[in-house]
Amino acid sequence: MGISRREFLKVAGLSAIAGVGGSWVLSIPAKRDAEAYEFLRHPKALTAKKWGMVVDLRRFKTQEDYRKVIEACHNIHNVPQFDNPKHEIKWIWTDTFKHAFPGQEHKYIMEKLEHKPFLLLCNHCENPPCVRVCPTKATFKSKDGGIIMQDPHRCIGCRFCMAGCPYGARSFNWRDPRPFVKKINPGYPLRTIGVVEKCTFCEERLARGLIPACVEASNGGLIFGDLGDPDSEVRTALRANYTIRRKSELGTEPSVFYIIEI
Amino acid sequence: MLEKALRGGKWYWGWVFFLFTLIGIGFISYLHQFKYGLGITGMSRDVSWGLYIGQFTFLVGVAASAVVIVLPYYLHNYKVFGRITLLGEFLAVASVTMCMLFIFVDMGQPMRILNVFLYPTPSSVMFWDAIVLSGYLFLNLLVGWTVLGAERKGISPPGWIKPFIILAIAWAPSIHIVTAFLYQGLPGRHLWLTAVMAARFLASAFSSGPALIIILAMIVRKFTKFDPGREAIQALGRIITYFMIVNVLLFAFELFTAFYSKIPGHMHPFQYLYGGLYGYGKLLVPMWISIILAVVALILLINPNTRRNETTLAIAALATFFSLWVDKGFGLVVGGFIPNPFEKITEYWPTLPESLIALGIWAGGFLILTVLYKIAITVKEETA
Repeated sequence: MGISRREFLKVAGLSAIAGVGGSWVLSIPAKRDAEAYEFLRHPKALTAKKWGMVVDLRRFKTQEDYRKVIEACHNIHNVPQFDNPKHEIKWIWTDTFKHAFPGQEHKYIMEKLEHKPFLLLCNHCENPPCVRVCPTKATFKSKDGGIIMQDPHRCIGCRFCMAGCPYGARSFNWRDPRPFVKKINPGYPLRTIGVVEKCTFCEERLARGLIPACVEASNGGLIFGDLGDPDSEVRTALRANYTIRRKSELGTEPSVFYIIEI
Repeated sequence: MLEKALRGGKWYWGWVFFLFTLIGIGFISYLHQFKYGLGITGMSRDVSWGLYIGQFTFLVGVAASAVVIVLPYYLHNYKVFGRITLLGEFLAVASVTMCMLFIFVDMGQPMRILNVFLYPTPSSVMFWDAIVLSGYLFLNLLVGWTVLGAERKGISPPGWIKPFIILAIAWAPSIHIVTAFLYQGLPGRHLWLTAVMAARFLASAFSSGPALIIILAMIVRKFTKFDPGREAIQALGRIITYFMIVNVLLFAFELFTAFYSKIPGHMHPFQYLYGGLYGYGKLLVPMWISIILAVVALILLINPNTRRNETTLAIAALATFFSLWVDKGFGLVVGGFIPNPFEKITEYWPTLPESLIALGIWAGGFLILTVLYKIAITVKEETA
């Protein structure tokens, strides 16, 4: 009993379809990626409804006070130091009142305020334009604490978020950052060429029960905590002091507040 | 039909070779950028989009402008445009291709570009832009190819293509509106945060695009036996006139709003672009050339005698095209970043490799245009 060429092809074709289709069906459960919330939480992990920060500049007196805070952040996060200012990458830095709060300055401003350096960083907005514009969800708001996160492995480097951010909080890797990191911290991923990065409120430290590096180095000048908890340190500071936020008229609801009293 | 692009004279092959040379130079420059990073361009932390995104924006307009030919022909049965609809559709194909290439070379991680479709994000205008642009490319290629195929056989186009033609007409403005939305919805950029942005995009598109088609039609008439027709060129001249007037008016409205309200944030980008700000003025020369060209174009277009004269009309078309090329393809994007969110100024000027990459993409677009026009015109010459 023979099998014709036509029948052979029929059977072979059907088996191929069944094989490919079958393996596809079988592969569905195996290929599903675990979601972030499925990972076990560190027992000491710090959590919040909405993380926020109060910058108390009364505690920043010397250049050294600022330098310590900035270096603490930039060193652990492998932030490169470029010679060319056009390629600059910064997560936390300083600028004067006029540039930190454009439109709020005036000709007769008190001299102390005019020259005081203000610490600037990502505002971790409640209503972030950068998240809205990102075409790949590479920048997103974390479910726990509302931190504006940046996934350097998904980012396509379109820089729409940089155009969208009204605070200039985002930096782009215009070239390979590796040669420009003085001492690489192996505990934190180094970014690659062509992706955007910024402050993430030390999400990696919070997950291990540590407060952000800048807060730790600030000697009480940076107050960090849960804006959703009325008894938290930030809320206490906000109740007790007059504070302002950068460009709050844009409706982005920044989570970084500045005490204005020097 | 593609084989028709493989037969041509000395001029044709010389031109194709010239384009390939530019493409090659651009490609080598791109390899350099791919390895080193976007740091080889003039862009910076403060001016994070430059020539690439500017050219992309301008070319979306050129692509959308095919509608000013296709719409009167198909919806109003305006027969005069029958001979040039293909020129418009194929220009759209070449322009959208250039748009996609400009986006591609602007990416920091180009190999991840499909993440836009892998992780679709409806809140992002860029996601929608990717969809409308690919849709528009597909529609124009489909319509142009089918209509030309029918023409070659000497029959009328098949009935099923009609809905696609209507869809392409409705689709055309959408690509430019969505592109305007990339800019006009960003909270911190005063130059862009204006509701007339989309309207101005359409007006400038419907003047710069047809201006290019006039020039292309004149070139085609000179080098081939195909004549797009004097009346078609004149009709395009009138279209440019109206849209250029609207475009300049919308620009004047922007100036009025900024300088009568005297809100510093609204005035600053205009001051930087046209007068210099805090002692910086790198864009002054190109921006004023753009203004002068716009004035020259308007004078030649509004005056009926110079508009009817084909030599002066050609000059007006060139002036319109280059005026808007500078304004939208350069000044609009760069100006949006100056001053930066800290009211400081970092200037921008494209570097040599960046310009060579841009030139290579233009050459690629013109190569596609040349091949498509060559096919279309050979068919038209054969069936005439």
